[in-house]
Amino acid sequence: MPSIKKPLIPLAAMPKNEIGLTIRDYEGSMSTLCAGCGHDSVTAAIVRALFELSVPPHKVVKMSGIGCSSKTTAYFDSAAHGFNSAHGRMAPIATGANAANRDALYVGISGDGDSLSIGAGHMVHAIRRNVHMIYVIENNGVYGLTKGQFSASADIGSAAKHGEANTVAPVDPVMLALSLGASFVARSFSGDKEQLVPILKAAAQHRGLALIDVISPCVQFNNHYGSTKSYRYVREHELREIDPDFIDTGREIVADLPRDGALMVAMHDGGLVRFRTLPAEYDPTDREAAMHYVNQAHARGEIPTGLLFVDESIPDVHELNHTSETPLVELPFDELCPGSAELEEFQQSFV
Amino acid sequence: MSVQSIAPEDSRSDGEPRINDFSLKFANVNGTGSASANNLILRAIFRMGVPVSGKNLFPSNIQGLPTWYEIRVSGKGHTSRSQRYDLMVAMNGQTYTEDIGQLAPGGYVLYDSTWPLPATLLRDDVNFLGVPLARLCGDAFSGPRERILMKNIAYAGAVSYLIGIDPQVLAELLEESYSGNQALRDSNQKALRLGYDYAEENLPAALPFRLEAGTGTAGKILIDGNTATALGCLYAGATVAAWYPITPATSVAENFHKLCERYRRRKVTLADGTVETRNDFVILQAEDELAALGMVIGASWAGARAFTSTSGPGISLMNELLGLAYYTEIPAVVINVQRTGPSTGMPTRVQQADLLECAYASHGDTKHILLLPADPRECFEFAVQAFDLAERFQTPVMMLSDLDIGMNDWAVDRFSWDDGYRPDRGRVLTDADIRKLGHFYRYGDEDSEFVTPRTIPGLSEHGAYFTRGSGHDRYGLYTEEADAYAQVVDRLAKKVEASAAHLPEPVIRMQDGATVGVITMGSCEGAVLEALEALSAEGTPLDYMRVRGFPFSASVRAFIDGHERCVVVEQNRDAQLRSLLILEAGVDGRRLGSILSYGGLPISAVQVIEGARREINQTGEQ
Ligand SMILES: Cc1ncc(C[n+]2csc(CCOP(=O)(O)OP(=O)(O)O)c2C)c(N)n1
Ligand code: SF4
Ligand SMILES: [Mg+2]
Repeated sequence: MPSIKKPLIPLAAMPKNEIGLTIRDYEGSMSTLCAGCGHDSVTAAIVRALFELSVPPHKVVKMSGIGCSSKTTAYFDSAAHGFNSAHGRMAPIATGANAANRDALYVGISGDGDSLSIGAGHMVHAIRRNVHMIYVIENNGVYGLTKGQFSASADIGSAAKHGEANTVAPVDPVMLALSLGASFVARSFSGDKEQLVPILKAAAQHRGLALIDVISPCVQFNNHYGSTKSYRYVREHELREIDPDFIDTGREIVADLPRDGALMVAMHDGGLVRFRTLPAEYDPTDREAAMHYVNQAHARGEIPTGLLFVDESIPDVHELNHTSETPLVELPFDELCPGSAELEEFQQSFV
Repeated sequence: MSVQSIAPEDSRSDGEPRINDFSLKFANVNGTGSASANNLILRAIFRMGVPVSGKNLFPSNIQGLPTWYEIRVSGKGHTSRSQRYDLMVAMNGQTYTEDIGQLAPGGYVLYDSTWPLPATLLRDDVNFLGVPLARLCGDAFSGPRERILMKNIAYAGAVSYLIGIDPQVLAELLEESYSGNQALRDSNQKALRLGYDYAEENLPAALPFRLEAGTGTAGKILIDGNTATALGCLYAGATVAAWYPITPATSVAENFHKLCERYRRRKVTLADGTVETRNDFVILQAEDELAALGMVIGASWAGARAFTSTSGPGISLMNELLGLAYYTEIPAVVINVQRTGPSTGMPTRVQQADLLECAYASHGDTKHILLLPADPRECFEFAVQAFDLAERFQTPVMMLSDLDIGMNDWAVDRFSWDDGYRPDRGRVLTDADIRKLGHFYRYGDEDSEFVTPRTIPGLSEHGAYFTRGSGHDRYGLYTEEADAYAQVVDRLAKKVEASAAHLPEPVIRMQDGATVGVITMGSCEGAVLEALEALSAEGTPLDYMRVRGFPFSASVRAFIDGHERCVVVEQNRDAQLRSLLILEAGVDGRRLGSILSYGGLPISAVQVIEGARREINQTGEQ
């Protein structure tokens, strides 16, 4: 696999984050995806978000399934462990890893095939459990890696590159997640880094599962005229009304406070989300309102993007389980094994 | 099926009763609460120091279908189904004909004489013992539910009198079981007395078989395999369990949960002074078995000891990710409590028919480590070993228990624990190790057993690697290059082979003059050993080997080589253990005979004896 040779002495001093790292420290190996693939833009946004959040690179754990999208985990943060697992199975594997070690930032990357078909059941249950992780669907409406079959997110009427229009109703991950009680639901566009980076940063500080549906065009099989997942179509139909800003922990928050009463949401890990634009009467902390708004926009043929819904009051999987604060993987064996005396005692009820 | 029986152990014919050598069968209706009555009898016999085993032959149903429970009392410690019943407790009108028909001439039937038995059922070569259970309980208890439940306890009282259970022991057991519920204890006590007293006044004082208190269960416990397995997982330090409900495996996870609630909870004081309970475990009831194994893989990859428990249908779903764990070299402990397949099959019946599937589960070239326990004690021990093996060899380890071991109570030696035990975490590198080494190749630098080092995600700054189920080379990098690919998979084959030396050795028993060996596995043991004893007494000594792990160790091959001919006894249609021996131990199939039982009920000694006679005659003819 090719990798980027990093110059030994940077030509110009690169900006450093709070822990003294440059953006380079969050990069991964060189992408092998097609030039122009939306997924690479998502990768770039993740690199930037991690850098800006000053996450220790090894504290990230990268999880994915199988597909072009799922390859993304190889292309950022090579100082983090990554697991490019099996088609559709990212969610349970991430759930297990998170169960073992709650003290890491889990970044899950999936595709629309991965999450809305073969792994749909798993995604549903990861959302229900509110597994503490970022769950990105790089949504291109097709199966890229198997060369252009319709995926379950293809809209009715959206045409394949050389074929018929899709006739079957799509699965919309945003509506699905909202109806399942998801605690963080966003939609964005790979071509819109300005929106995606703050969403990712907010997601990283969210209390549970942060679902981000990123429309990420496949230049190879689904970027033609007639496809509703093409760059052009999304640019023409995107409704960018619920745009968040992310204000990091420790920053001077007061100075940033809006005077006009725009909505602020405090994230679990201390950051703040400020909604830059918000349509009148839209409350991203009101699930009903969010569902209604998204439905209405869809009916008009618009694609609403932004941080559509957030609720920091829903406990995550460990809070529900009352798991010890110390990650299970760090508990010493002596504390886990009851020992011989207890075994004797226990067996008294079997005589 | 016509059932032939073997002679009673205690063959006194002078009119003296047979002591501690008889079988009881209880014919019940599912969902009427008979299980606690039958269990009470089993425990009381055990408590009196008499070796005993109980087998529940139950339907896949919650209420209404016939269900049977068999208790075998055997001073010699034989545990397999005897198929020669001395006393039938016939509580199910639906199955009277069948139940009464099963008794050997001279046997006894205990029935509810509130209503007369139809004349058509009366056999004149068996003895009918009527106890008006419904009437007694109708008079003594109020409410339909209690009356039905207490009928069971009342027959337990009558049976206790008939076979000579010490009433003191019964009282003691009720005291222990219902210590928290005085009302329940009292009504049980009362029902027990009703049956006991009625029998004492109205039924014959002496049956030709009886209990005699002894010391045969000293140092033993009466426990089911699933509880034992859960206990093993607890003691091994497992912190994550993921499962999907399925008979007969469900009670592994449920017991693990109970154990964790007892032993893995800590009190913590929060900043505001409140005290809360924190769990040193996570138990995930997954959306399906595929997810359950995925969770185990994720947790093991992240460094925890994790397991899942399931049965055949779940193993079928897990095939995909077993291959992932094998190829990416991630430990994963899978408990398979086998039931009758294929498909849904007979979910409440036993079989050992997942052997081949588990040995080679998943697409591509795969082979897995298997542990084959024969009783709850081995379930406990092998469960612990499963984690050590999985982590040492960084691969899935499947423990193949079955419904008979898992859900029935077995009298086994008390479990012991060595406090010096430390988990074998295998080759896990820390930051310091990597700094010292100067490099880290995930799939390179193999040790003498072809195991390579791994690192744990999220814990240390160095040693990050990318895990992929796609083609990878010794550095863990993506490859589609033939040699680089082969280098990794060839090592995997050698690694799994190397594990054989660490698996439990086969249990071997040789007899003077034996030329034929009998090979078996798992829960067949009781039936096979009993059969060998009987055959030996007939003048046909046979050697014995019970295989306990796969891949097979050298001693498995040596045993087979040491015999002209071996016969493999197993509970499946296709002689899967025999096939595996031919494939993996290089044995000539013509030297391996087969005795098979696959109807779903635990194999009996009679079946083994009949099979062995047939096989040995065949040897003679060759
Ligand atoms: C069990 C299984 N079935 C089928 C495949 C083949 N396969 C690989 S990727 C893929 C679809 C990927 O689509 P998506 O998740 O949308 O990712 P994209 O490539 O579009 O980014 C399929 C069907 C597989 N790897 N595993
Ligand atoms: S096929 Fe499509 S999804 Fe896959 S890399 Fe190429 S552009 Fe991206
Ligand atoms: Mg896709």
